[in-house]
Amino acid sequence: MSNARADWTTGHEAILYQSCGTCANVQYFRRGFCAACGGSDLVEKRASGEGRVYATSLVCRAATPETRAHVPYNILLVDTSEGFRMMAHGDNNLAIGEKVTARFTQFAGGLVPYFERAKNFERAKRD
Amino acid sequence: MSYITGVGLTSYGKHEGLTSLDLMSMAAELAIADAGLARADIDGILCGYSTVSPHIMLATVFAEHFGIRPAYAHAVQVGGATGLAMTMLAHHLAEAGVVKHVLVVGGENRLTGQSRDASIQALAQVGHPDYEVPLGPTIPAYYGLVASRYMHEYGVTQEDLAEFAVLMRAHAATHPGAQFREPITVTDVMASKPVALPLKLLDCCPVSDGGAAFVVSRDRTGGTGVRVRGCAQAHTHQHVTAAPRLSELGAEIAISKAKAASGVAISDVRYAAVYDSFTITLVMLLEDLGLASRGEAAARVRCGYFGRDGEVPLNTHGGLLSYGHCGVGGAMAHLVETHLQMTERAGKRQVRDASIALLHGDGGVLSSHVSMFLERVR
Repeated sequence: MSNARADWTTGHEAILYQSCGTCANVQYFRRGFCAACGGSDLVEKRASGEGRVYATSLVCRAATPETRAHVPYNILLVDTSEGFRMMAHGDNNLAIGEKVTARFTQFAGGLVPYFERAKNFERAKRD
Repeated sequence: MSYITGVGLTSYGKHEGLTSLDLMSMAAELAIADAGLARADIDGILCGYSTVSPHIMLATVFAEHFGIRPAYAHAVQVGGATGLAMTMLAHHLAEAGVVKHVLVVGGENRLTGQSRDASIQALAQVGHPDYEVPLGPTIPAYYGLVASRYMHEYGVTQEDLAEFAVLMRAHAATHPGAQFREPITVTDVMASKPVALPLKLLDCCPVSDGGAAFVVSRDRTGGTGVRVRGCAQAHTHQHVTAAPRLSELGAEIAISKAKAASGVAISDVRYAAVYDSFTITLVMLLEDLGLASRGEAAARVRCGYFGRDGEVPLNTHGGLLSYGHCGVGGAMAHLVETHLQMTERAGKRQVRDASIALLHGDGGVLSSHVSMFLERVR
């Protein structure tokens, strides 16, 4: 696992996760082994960017000059369709349980995942 | 068997010009005197950490400063659960015969020793450095996330949360050492500035200077004994992203093990000291511990259940929310107040019967939990 990950944490427009070839566990925080079974047969995969909102918190009081320039910003926990949970930014009016899709945006000098209401979901609601 | 033989607590708020070591020393001095002991009687020291003055060997830094050469000493770091984790360790050390009298101490000039922004930023670093911190979360945001989910699953409202801020303030009003003593209402909480929604300013504990200490001993030193009846921990995760579902959080695991270790049931509890970094923390922990059924904690506040004259008085000093939060010492104040209540020295805050108390601490984002039962013995 010495190769540099090419995902949003290193400035690339991608959300990566690991899938265990032994026990099928999926994990988001990258490691050299599976945290569920200890196995080393891990495959790195690219997530689709689709998921559902698990939790939200609209940050109105930030602690650094860089982040303060962005308030208010909505921090989300998203349950991805691949089965792992991740923290990200998202639209301010998202509700828990809504289907969302990821894009990427700049925040405080770095790239971060940003979820917005899934387009097909909006259409489904209207129909 | 072990006993809490002495307690010491400074006022919380601003202690301009005092260092973390000063505040630890003040509390330690009070606790040792309260136990009827001298510095030389202390053969063990457990201390927490100071975010203002970090050190890799804080226990020996303190021991040297305070003038003790202990047989056993080191620091413990479990975030907000540190105070009770140290108490649990001291209990086991005393029971095992390793030490006779352990001084447990925490203190920090967190308010005046650094800017509020620096405090908030230092604490936010409990988040994952790669997968969370770059998103600009704060500790209130981590708890705001948990709050939004808990409210969604159990129908808890922001007004429900506000009841706990009001209760803690009402309790603090009767303690001269509390940082915030002006009465507040649910309307005030609702109208307070948004911090990390659904949490607003008055849902959050303040940053404080202060110190707290106690002595845990193998044998009683005074008249009324406060015995550690049983305790347990549970650690399910560090980062909120990796937290289990709400029904599998560590508080329920820790309390279940503590009940088994002590033979005490929740219905036996006469006084509760529960970690309250945010109103949501208190609501969730009370319901996880079984001091209220799911979604019913606020209703119990409204009918006076957790008041000084209620069935289970809760944090009668005002808790972290209003007595204040100076880091490790913050939740240690809960144990100091519990001891005063159990030994009937709480003055005008005295409750009817604090014969059996339940204490619970939480560190991280509901990551680390310690549950403990204390029992009064005459």
